[in-house]
Amino acid sequence: MDTAFVIQQLIFGITLGCLYSLIAIGYTMVYGVIRLINFAHGDLLMVAAYIGFFGIVIYHLPWPVAFGISILLTAALGILIDRGAYKPLRDSPRISALITAIGVSFLLENLGIVIIGGRPKSFPRPSLFEGDLQFDQLILPYLSLWVLGITVMLLTLVLLIVHRTRVGMAMRALSRDFETVRLMGVDVDRVISFTFVLGSSLAAVGGIFWCMKYPAVEPFMGVIPGLKAFVAAVLGGIGSVSGAALGGLLLGLAEVLIVAIQPEWSGYRDAVAFTILIAILLTRPTGIMGEELPK
Amino acid sequence: MLEIQDLRVKYGGIEALKGISLTVEEKRIVTLLGANGAGKSTTIRAVSGIARIFSGAVRFNGHDLRGMPAHLIQRLGLVHVPEGRRIFANLTVRENLVMGAYNNRDLHDLNATMERVFSIFPVLGTRLNQLGGTLSGGEQQMLAVGRALMSKPRLLMMDEPSLGLAPLMVKEVFRVIEEIRSEGVTIFLVEQNANAALRIADRAYVLESGRIVLAGTGAELLDNPRVKEYYLGEAGE
Repeated sequence: MDTAFVIQQLIFGITLGCLYSLIAIGYTMVYGVIRLINFAHGDLLMVAAYIGFFGIVIYHLPWPVAFGISILLTAALGILIDRGAYKPLRDSPRISALITAIGVSFLLENLGIVIIGGRPKSFPRPSLFEGDLQFDQLILPYLSLWVLGITVMLLTLVLLIVHRTRVGMAMRALSRDFETVRLMGVDVDRVISFTFVLGSSLAAVGGIFWCMKYPAVEPFMGVIPGLKAFVAAVLGGIGSVSGAALGGLLLGLAEVLIVAIQPEWSGYRDAVAFTILIAILLTRPTGIMGEELPK
Repeated sequence: MLEIQDLRVKYGGIEALKGISLTVEEKRIVTLLGANGAGKSTTIRAVSGIARIFSGAVRFNGHDLRGMPAHLIQRLGLVHVPEGRRIFANLTVRENLVMGAYNNRDLHDLNATMERVFSIFPVLGTRLNQLGGTLSGGEQQMLAVGRALMSKPRLLMMDEPSLGLAPLMVKEVFRVIEEIRSEGVTIFLVEQNANAALRIADRAYVLESGRIVLAGTGAELLDNPRVKEYYLGEAGE
């Protein structure tokens, strides 16, 4: 194993990790505010990918327009899911909302089958994201650079919103105490909707880039990335935005490196993520950057 | 200013308030006394829109509050300082104060209000970047009141502000309540510390098992034998 090989694997790992991070941030934000693991989050990836696909392939829209529409509609779907499925259960036991989230996930996946059909469609990759840089044996795909750049940019943006704006402050306050936030004259539902907008938009971006990397769009394509991102969020400490980003990166690197070191283990790639999940839940349920929460 | 008529509130089939009526007049300190579980907190929570009103009327400056969401009630200037202070522990003191003025987009005005809050609670001004959770109990109570004042309330409803504080701090809390009133803010105070509350109250009500059993001026109730026996801890004759 030479250095070039290791660096090459690191590049792949970071790219995969960034995609996990983008999705995990949405998971963690929604959890941070309403204490709900939004299992439908992964399926937003699929919805975003389909909208992008239809925009470009069927309606022949320029890709930036198609991607823009995809992000907007996915964000709107995020609000709709919250208002329709989760808001009526805000005062119910948490398990009710959790089961509902799984239901919403199944609903989206099966709607995909009914409306569009289960046959995978090939996602078009705009030429901007094609090609790669070559250094000796080292290949640096432009797509990897884009993914890294956009992830860093969006992560910074989310951190700025959460820590430097008033609505971000309300989000942090909500994570501890709904009732008192209401007493401050804050329309809690609007803050929650905003959280869903942010999280769903990131999932949409993640979904679009996921499809450019693995260009098969099908109704269940969001399941595995969604679950992996959930693991990443738990690994980093659920509720923490930087934790989710870090968890995603570590998970991506771990998956790629383990397969690189032991190619015969490639069939166990997904098992790596879930082994990490079990290990974290057993030893440190608050993850790397998670804080102890009051009951 | 605030009018409560025949208010009933139920919690899971149990009637916590069995039809109470009371009035809070502008620029007065009105106190509601009662033992644990009498329904004091429930009264405030129903007024501020957190507990659901089963029947009866609650009016604030002509607005019918029944069914109005809590955040809109707060925007009318009817602000609730919750029991147990409920500081945002993970936010700094400054952020806690800004939360109180969440709907005030005028930064200049917000800073001026914050200065006024510091003039009442100088200690808050020295702790701006500290997390709310790291303050002492007394400081948290000041922050809770300061946070409520940030919205420039017309009526401040305080739920047991002296609970769990050291005696010196209790004294300070009641001094501050009078100071806030002198600035033109009406106060509706729920207390277990009957003695201190009655001394500053213009009007007082006594709540027992969801019903108002006594009403009068603060001085009248201080002299009332029943109040003396049950709430002031003095033996009757």
